[in-house]
Amino acid sequence: MNFLTSLADRDRVFDFLVPVDSPVDVRHGPILYLEDVTVSFDGFRAIDRLNLTIDDGELRCIIGPNGAGKTTMMDIITGKTRPDTGRVWFGSRHDLLTMNEPQIASLGIGRKFQKPTTFEALSVFENLELAMAADKRILPTLTARTSGEIRERIEEVLTTIGLVELRHRPAGILSHGQKQWLEIGMLLMQRPRLLLVDEPVAGMTEQEMERTAELLTGLAGKQSVVVVEHDMGFVRSIARTVTVLHQGSVLAEGSMNQVSMDPRVVEVYLGAEADEEVA
Amino acid sequence: MLASRSWLSRPLHERSTRLFLGVLLASLAVVTLLNLALPAGHTLHVSTYTVTLLGKYLCYALLAVAVDLVWGYLGILSLGHGAFFALGGYAMGMYLMRQIGDRGVYGHPVLPDFMVFLDWQSLPWYWHGFDMAWFAFLMVLLAPGLLALVFGFLAFRSRVTGVYLSIITQALTFALMLAFFRNEMGFGGNNGLTDFKELLGVDLTDDATRLGLFLATGVALALGYLLCRAIVASKLGRVCVATRDAEARTRFLGYRVERFQLFVFVVSAMLAGVAGALYVPQVGIINPGEFSPIFSIEIVLWVALGGRGTLYGAVIGALLVNYAKTVFTGVMPDAWLFALGGLFVLVTVLLPRGIAGLLAYRRPRRAAPDPSTTPREASA
Ligand SMILES: Nc1ncnc2c1ncn2[C@@H]1O[C@H](COP(=O)(O)OP(=O)(O)O)[C@@H](O)[C@H]1O
Ligand SMILES: [Mg+2]
Repeated sequence: MNFLTSLADRDRVFDFLVPVDSPVDVRHGPILYLEDVTVSFDGFRAIDRLNLTIDDGELRCIIGPNGAGKTTMMDIITGKTRPDTGRVWFGSRHDLLTMNEPQIASLGIGRKFQKPTTFEALSVFENLELAMAADKRILPTLTARTSGEIRERIEEVLTTIGLVELRHRPAGILSHGQKQWLEIGMLLMQRPRLLLVDEPVAGMTEQEMERTAELLTGLAGKQSVVVVEHDMGFVRSIARTVTVLHQGSVLAEGSMNQVSMDPRVVEVYLGAEADEEVA
Repeated sequence: MLASRSWLSRPLHERSTRLFLGVLLASLAVVTLLNLALPAGHTLHVSTYTVTLLGKYLCYALLAVAVDLVWGYLGILSLGHGAFFALGGYAMGMYLMRQIGDRGVYGHPVLPDFMVFLDWQSLPWYWHGFDMAWFAFLMVLLAPGLLALVFGFLAFRSRVTGVYLSIITQALTFALMLAFFRNEMGFGGNNGLTDFKELLGVDLTDDATRLGLFLATGVALALGYLLCRAIVASKLGRVCVATRDAEARTRFLGYRVERFQLFVFVVSAMLAGVAGALYVPQVGIINPGEFSPIFSIEIVLWVALGGRGTLYGAVIGALLVNYAKTVFTGVMPDAWLFALGGLFVLVTVLLPRGIAGLLAYRRPRRAAPDPSTTPREASA
């Protein structure tokens, strides 16, 4: 009998009702925290005792030569690659190393891959619709309707990424730059707390780069943004804090001016690029 | 605009679906009329033989729709759908065997002839229940559905896709064919199940029964088509297309891709089972030949010829190819496989999107957006 009354108790919280993705807790510190993370591929240390801290609302640029481990670092944060050692925390509540990819994504960590992968056969609008934070189980997806509220949210993001006019065109016809923006839009649909953006301006025209810089700086504050980028001009135009990665660990960190005067950085990265520019 | 559009009724508002259903239902009505109203000697009279032949084509069309659902929209090239078709057929065949009762050659009150012949004393446990129509019809859905569930669970969980999946679906249907050939399995060995007498108490040789089966198949095709259309027009359908084109990306958006694949695969297998169940009373036999790997490949050819990823293309392909097969095997039976192969090469080269691609290319890919919901674009 006692059991029955406890079942009827309206305040009782059933175990299965407690949401897995309870909101990220940033009251006591950073939104993302990596400590002593190491990953080896066949004995080769792609990430070597990496420490990194990202604050809530921050826009951070990560630079580093090819093979420095930038993409691998993102793989670790998003659960695609498991580190050999180290700790990765999202806020002070979520240990990302205990979660799989979909769980991490549903926590509010969005990732833009280096190569834009939009769903080419679907329209821009449908791409955004699929990316939206929603109940993604089978039956709710089958019976889902595109309500006015959802439409509004999609229109809002279409405006942010500047693709309003193209909303009903298949994503396959978009230019390279437009696809990158659509990808960022798809991330925004999930209302992420943390955005990971891998080489957003590779292959973009000058104009598209400017639009992208505006887009990313506009996003910071509302969410934390981590941008991995190769193009120094672009980094200069958006960066507040820059982290230089080299051989899997942090070589330097600070404002763009600070790091670009650091002799070690000049040697491994900026120098190499200066050579390229001269050549 | 209707406020209460449920996902199931959504396709009824699509022009292409209405057109398809209109043509299908009108064809059923015309065939019925020409069969019933005209005297047998009349040039336009459709004989009962032809009605049954058309019914068989419609079964194939439903099977092709089931294959197109997984291949065209989910990108899973199943080369084993003949197995689900055959399982549905065997479930129906077992029911029809039990309906024979003591009218078999050996006159045994319970055991089918082939079991008496094998000197079996009692019905194997898995034959129990098949004397009841509701149970057998449930098995028509459950047998292929369960096989697809187990097979799909293992395959999709280990992320087996592409060519490897196609190969193991071939292996699956081949293994089942070998199993069903064995007498000890209790499914009639290589003779299969045949000599059916009655279905739901009506004589299977009656003209009216044959017409009824044809119409039932037509209605099943209409409903199966509607169900598939409803699935592909839903958000789940868009997740399927997304999975087909960029599986990793879809997974990354938070969709449990393997569950969507499994769901659609099981639905498709059940539809194939229904097609098989309707096929058996019309052709009067089910044997392990339906499990043959070649048959499963042929189904995929129908879909490819008709146009993958459109559903109606699958129907057109199944009807045309099977009609051609009937004509061709009448004239030059040995040359049919060559003709099919040649046809396939021709269409792949000249019409990569199949016959449906020919029909679709004059229309824009997507209907214009509903102006009431997108005012800005309408004014632009
Ligand atoms: N899955 C993997 N297997 C083996 N080596 C890998 C793998 N992923 C990355 N690496 C290696 O790790 C290093 C870092 O790669 P990556 O993170 O892609 O660098 P970046 O993105 O900074 O250019 C490279 O030397 C690369 O070859
Ligand atoms: Mg990289």
